[in-house]
Amino acid sequence: MREIAVDQITEAVKRLCLLANYRLGEDVIQKLESAEREEKSPLGKKVLQQIIENDEIAARDEVPICQDTGMAVIFVELGQDVHVVGGDFTRAIDEGVRRAYVEGYLRKSVVSDPLFNRKNTGDNTPSIIHTSIVPGDRLKISVLPKGFGSENMSALKMLKPSDGVDGLKDFVLETIVKAGPNPCPPVIVGVGVGGTMEKAAELAKRATCRRLGEPNPDPRYARLESELLEAINRTGIGPAGLGGTVTALAVHVEYYPTHIAGLPVAVNVLCHAARHAELVI
Amino acid sequence: MSEVLIHPPLDDETVKRLHAGDTVSISGVIYTGRDAAHKRLVELIRKGEELPVDLKGQIIYYVGPTPARPGCVPGAAGPTTSTRMDAYTPALLERGLKAMIGKGQRSPQVVETMKKHTAVYLAAVGGAAALIAKKIKKVEVVAYEDLGPEAIYRFHVEGFPAIVVIDCYGNNLYETEPQKYARN
Repeated sequence: MREIAVDQITEAVKRLCLLANYRLGEDVIQKLESAEREEKSPLGKKVLQQIIENDEIAARDEVPICQDTGMAVIFVELGQDVHVVGGDFTRAIDEGVRRAYVEGYLRKSVVSDPLFNRKNTGDNTPSIIHTSIVPGDRLKISVLPKGFGSENMSALKMLKPSDGVDGLKDFVLETIVKAGPNPCPPVIVGVGVGGTMEKAAELAKRATCRRLGEPNPDPRYARLESELLEAINRTGIGPAGLGGTVTALAVHVEYYPTHIAGLPVAVNVLCHAARHAELVI
Repeated sequence: MSEVLIHPPLDDETVKRLHAGDTVSISGVIYTGRDAAHKRLVELIRKGEELPVDLKGQIIYYVGPTPARPGCVPGAAGPTTSTRMDAYTPALLERGLKAMIGKGQRSPQVVETMKKHTAVYLAAVGGAAALIAKKIKKVEVVAYEDLGPEAIYRFHVEGFPAIVVIDCYGNNLYETEPQKYARN
């Protein structure tokens, strides 16, 4: 049994929130640069140049890439041989979020009640925490500050098994076309297929944080990803929705076994500010 | 693609010269406002009360900036999705608002009211928040400080970059441009 103190968790979460908000991953920057080279629309090219310049300024000056510094989505893989000591695990994570958002000049965008009293909690907590217990004695933390321009354009549908691959493609495409300029294209499209309703949604979210350009290891799903990417880029929506040939930087599909009667499909849209940072304790 | 320099407040003649597809560079004063501030402004209008800002000829930028680091003005300040303001926009256009800066589609009702009152809709690049912040030279709170990032601020901007997406004639770049690049 390995002991990990809650203070270490708080510090790690804080560091990851700041890092993710100021600096995009190398994979995202490379994709944006190749998109700028490939884009056929002059206005689309100009938009991509602004985005790339923006991301350079943000990293250099430690200014948030986007003013919507998101709701903090946190994936934790907790080794079953880890003993968390010194306090409450969930509170430790939220304390890390609080410190990052308050001390790091990030925007607080969380309201305490969705319906009746939409009062800002003032420190961007609570976060959304997904924990899985895995073999080993390590703790892996991934932080995704998720903006709602793109989150609002996400969708879930319980398809019929007979809808099959074509039904899935139609639904994904319909979701992206309906979103148009709103989610800040070029986007990253996470698709979760199978499981139950909430499983599909979680898979879709996880799919958005896969390293860009890394295909699904199953060749059938990898082919589906490239076909979807091509179809989305044929819509003409383009950078910022102002027309062009690059609407999505990547499509990632994750799947899970499902029920004989169902085919749940969730589409989670992520903007070009694809913020994500992780570390292992 | 021509770049037009504009200096608010705007009159009808200036707005009429702007066409969908033009890029503009704004210098002068613009006001911020998003969901909660819009709600309050429209409640005041309904009650027949005075607004904290005279909207005549003004530009509203849909933004909720991040807090400023000491010595910085402001933090990051990119546009938010305009659709959420659609329900409130016609009432503000009737009060003389001449331009909105945001991102994303507007409702048919907003576009009709823009045509009627000679107003223009501009897009800033969503997610270009650090770049845009460089164009904002001074920030003052005008109203609703309790709303934090959703308060109404006065931004003094220099060379703020935007694109005319919907002009006062109803031409809409979000409808015309994607069609040119769509491949079936």
